[in-house]
Amino acid sequence: MIREVDVAVIGAGPAGLAAATEAAGAGLSVVLLDEQPAPGGQIYRAVEGADAGLMHILGRDYAEGRALVAAFRASPAEYLPGASVWNIGTDRLIDFSRGGAIACLRAASIVAATGALERPCPIPGWTLPGVTTVGALQILLKTSAVVEDDLVLAGAGPLLWLVASQLVAAGAPPRAVVETVPKGRMSAALSRLPGALRSAGYLRKGLGLIAAVRRAGVAVHAHAEALEVEGGAAVTGLRFRAGGREHRIACSAVGLHQGVIPNQQISRLLRCDHVWDAAQHCFRPVLDAHFRTSVPWLHVVGDAGGIGGARAAALQGRIVGLDLAVRAGRPDDGRIGALRAELDRDLAVRPFLEAFYAPDPAILNPADSTIVCRCEEVTAGTVRAAVRLGAPGPNQVKSLIRTGMGPCQGRVCGVAVSTIIAAAQGALPDRADYYRIRPPLKPVPLTELAAYPVIGPEVEAREP
Amino acid sequence: MARRLAGTGTAVRFSFEGMAVEASAGDTVAAALLAAGHRNLRASAVSGAPRGPYCLMGACFDCMVSIDGVAGRQACMTEVAPGMDVRRMAAILDDGEG
Amino acid sequence: MNAPSRPTRRADIVIIGGGIHGCSAALYLAQRGMSVIVLEKDSVGRHASGVNAGGVRRLGRHLAEVPISLRSMAIWHGVADFLDDDCGFQVAPQMRLARTEADLALMRARVAQMQALGYSHEVIIGSNEIRQHIHSLSDEVIGAIACLDDGFAQPYQTTFAIQRKAKALGARFHEGVLAEQVARDRGGDWQVTTPEGTFAAPRLLLTGGVWSGQLAAALGEPVPIIPFAPMMLVTSRLRPFCHAVVGAAGVPLSFKQMPNGTVVIGGGRPGLPDPATNRAETVFHPLRMSAQACISLFPIMAETSIVRTWAGLEARMPDDIPVVGRSQLHEGLYYAFGFSGHGFQLGLGMGSIMAELIATGSTDVDLAPFSVGRFTSLQAAT
Repeated sequence: MIREVDVAVIGAGPAGLAAATEAAGAGLSVVLLDEQPAPGGQIYRAVEGADAGLMHILGRDYAEGRALVAAFRASPAEYLPGASVWNIGTDRLIDFSRGGAIACLRAASIVAATGALERPCPIPGWTLPGVTTVGALQILLKTSAVVEDDLVLAGAGPLLWLVASQLVAAGAPPRAVVETVPKGRMSAALSRLPGALRSAGYLRKGLGLIAAVRRAGVAVHAHAEALEVEGGAAVTGLRFRAGGREHRIACSAVGLHQGVIPNQQISRLLRCDHVWDAAQHCFRPVLDAHFRTSVPWLHVVGDAGGIGGARAAALQGRIVGLDLAVRAGRPDDGRIGALRAELDRDLAVRPFLEAFYAPDPAILNPADSTIVCRCEEVTAGTVRAAVRLGAPGPNQVKSLIRTGMGPCQGRVCGVAVSTIIAAAQGALPDRADYYRIRPPLKPVPLTELAAYPVIGPEVEAREP
Repeated sequence: MARRLAGTGTAVRFSFEGMAVEASAGDTVAAALLAAGHRNLRASAVSGAPRGPYCLMGACFDCMVSIDGVAGRQACMTEVAPGMDVRRMAAILDDGEG
Repeated sequence: MNAPSRPTRRADIVIIGGGIHGCSAALYLAQRGMSVIVLEKDSVGRHASGVNAGGVRRLGRHLAEVPISLRSMAIWHGVADFLDDDCGFQVAPQMRLARTEADLALMRARVAQMQALGYSHEVIIGSNEIRQHIHSLSDEVIGAIACLDDGFAQPYQTTFAIQRKAKALGARFHEGVLAEQVARDRGGDWQVTTPEGTFAAPRLLLTGGVWSGQLAAALGEPVPIIPFAPMMLVTSRLRPFCHAVVGAAGVPLSFKQMPNGTVVIGGGRPGLPDPATNRAETVFHPLRMSAQACISLFPIMAETSIVRTWAGLEARMPDDIPVVGRSQLHEGLYYAFGFSGHGFQLGLGMGSIMAELIATGSTDVDLAPFSVGRFTSLQAAT
C-alpha cells in the first residue's frame, strides 16, 4: 500500500517551512521531506543549534529563522529529515531515500521548495580543491563554526558582502574582497533605485555590511576582471586585473559568487513550462498567481520559482499553504491578501539588485579552455565545437559530449551550457533550451534499488 | 588553512586515508575534513585531477568519497560517526581500448 | 485573411521521420542521386534512435532479419571512414548467458540451425572464455551463445553523423516540422501537409517509428503498433570489468560497460509510453528486479549507483519484427518502421536496402516477412 497525504512539501527552508506550517495548521495532512538533518534550509541552516556567539556572528536576519522553525515544529506537519527526494512521477508518486532505504508516498498536491543554487562561476582554476562557493563558506560557519584563514572572496552579489562581514565578525576576515561588478553598473541600475526604496531596509543593511568589511581593513578591489585561480594540486592564489593593473593575491582558499539561481530540478523533471528571466539571467518555472506550475498539482515556492530571498520565500510559502487549505474547503480569512501585499513590498528591492549585481559577462562567456561541466570536465570550447558541428541544443550537446551527464545531473553547469550554446548560435538566451532532467535526481545505489518496496503486482517483463 | 572557532561539541574520531581525524559531533564529513586540513578528497573520474568540496550543500558532488567501503557518498551530506573509514575515490580512466 | 502561402517544396522522395532509419535511407538515396526531403516533427534522433541502448547486435536475430543485420554489420565495421565520425562504435562480443543445461541446449540448437542456413556468426562459448570478457560474474553461468565481433555504439552520435553525411550528399532536413496529412494529387505526387507548408514527391517513405501508425492507417493500411518505452539505466563509473554486451536467458536484461566505466543497463522493463505528449516516463518499482538480476549476475555491481535513467518511445509490432517494404495499396509508398526495440543495428543496412528498393525497384533481400500485408490480411481473415 502506498501512503497518501494531502500535501507533500519538499525542502525545509523558509518557503517549505511556512507552506507546511500553514497547510497543516488548517487541517490538511502534510509531510515535509528535507535532505538535511535539521530544518532551516541553507539560509537558516542549523539555526536551532547555534549558540549565542555564532548567532552574534551570523546576525539578526539569520536569527529570524528561529521563529519559522519553531512554528513548524509546533505544527501538526510531519517532518522527514534526511529524506532525499529523487523522483516524482506524473502519478504524483514521490520516491525518496532515507537512512539507506527507498520509500515512497503519494500526495494530492506537491510543493517544491527546493531553494536556490549558486550560479556557476566557470573561470580558470575553479575546479581546484580550495575553491568553493561563498555559500559553502557560510555553511561551514553555520554548521561547524569552521572558517578559512587564508581566503579571498571574489565575485558579486549581496551574499558576497554578507559572508565577508560574518567572517569579519568571526575574527577571520578574508585577505581581500575582489568585486567583479563592472564600471557603469550603478548608472544602469539607478532608474530602479526609487522602487527599491520601498524596501529600503535591504539597502541600508547592504551598505552597512560593505562599510563593516571596509572598516575592518579588508582590501577591496573593485571592477575586477580576468579572474583566474592559480594552483596545481590546490589553490595557491588568485590573479585578476583591476584599476589598470594585474594583481596576484596568494591564498589557499577562494570563495566564488555570482548570485543565485532557482534550483529547478523538480519542475524540470516534471516537464513544467519554464521561461528565461532576463532580469535574473536564469530560467525559472512559469507560475500562476497561486504559485502553481503548468502541472496543476505542483507548486513551486521560494527561490526555486525565482530569486526573491528568504523573507519573500516565507511569505510565498504561507500564501501557498493557506491557498491549498482554501481550495480544500477551509474559509479564506483574508490573510492571503495581506500576505500578497507584504510580498510585493518585500520584492521591491529586487529590480535594483538584479540590475546592479547582474552576473559578470565573463562568467557567461567563458574562454574555450575553461571547464564548464565540472563532473565530466567538459570545456566551453568543446561545447562550442559541438554547436559548430550542428548540434541544435543542450540535449544533443549532452548526448555528444556528456555535459550534464555526471552525478550532479547538470545542477551546476545547466544554465552556463544553455547560454554558451545560445551565444554560439547567435541567439539570445531566451531562445535557449535546457537539459531534460532525468530521474533519479540524485544517484541511487543499485543495492537500494534492488530493495525497492513492493508496492503492487509485479509483471514479468519480456526478454528483449 | 581552515580552523575551528571556539566552542565546539563532543569530539568524534574517524579516519581519512588511514590518518586519524578529530571531528566535532554533528559535523559533516566534508566540514570535518576541511577543518582538519584535508581539501583534496578525490581524483576526478575523468582526468584524475584533484577535487574537493565546492558547494557543501549536496548539489555539486565534488566531495564524493568512499565511506566504510561504499563509494560515491557525498561528504557534505553525511554526518561523521566514530570509527568511520573515509577514503579518496580514485580516478576511473578509460581502459585504453576506447 | 490569407496567410502568405509558401511554395510547395518538391523532391524525388519525402521521408517522414528523422530517426536512424529515415536518416540512413536519406543518405543512401542521396548517394544514388535522388533529391530527398526529410521531415522530422522534433529533432533528428530525438526518440528511439537517439536514446536506445546502442547495441550493435547480430546475435539472436529473427531469421528474417539476419540478412539485413549482416549487411548492416559490414557497414558498421567501416563506419568511422564512411561517416567521418567513429559513432562511438566499439567491437565487442555480444553474449547471452546460460545458467542451466536446458538453456544451453536451446542455444546449441540455435547455433546448429544457423549453421544449417549458412550463418556462422553465432557460436557457443564456455565459461572460461566468458570470464575473459567479464571479470565479475556469477558462478552459476555455465556457457553462452555469442557473436564475438558484434559491438556497441553511441546512438545519438551515430544518428547525427548519418544525418550530417546525408546532408553533405544533398538531402534536405526540415526539423520541428510535423507531417499532418498525406494525400495523392492528380498528377500522382504525394502531397505532405505541414504547418510549414506543403512538400511533394512521387515517392514517400514512412520511417516515423511509433508515430508512423497514424499515417499508415490514414493511407488505408492500419497496423497494430504497440507503443513501448524500454527503460535504460546508467550507473556511476566502475573500474573496467566487462568487455561484452551481455544478456541472459530468462532475465530481461541487457548490460554493457562503456569505455568510460559507466554501465548501461537496459533490456525490456517497460516505462510508461505516451506518444501523444512525446514522453516516456521511467517508473522505478519494476526496476527492483533488474537491479537484483544485475547484482546477482555481476557481483561488482553492488558497488555502483544509478545516476540516470531514461526511456525512449519505440514501436513494437505483435510479432516483434518491423514493417518494411512497399505499400500493398499505393504505388510509390514505402514503409520502414516498427523495429520493436531492436532497430538501431539494422539502421545502416536497412537504409541501403530501402534505397536499392526505391531507386531500382527491387532488392535481393527478402522483405516478404516484413510486409505490411501480414497485418491487413490478418484483419481481413478475422
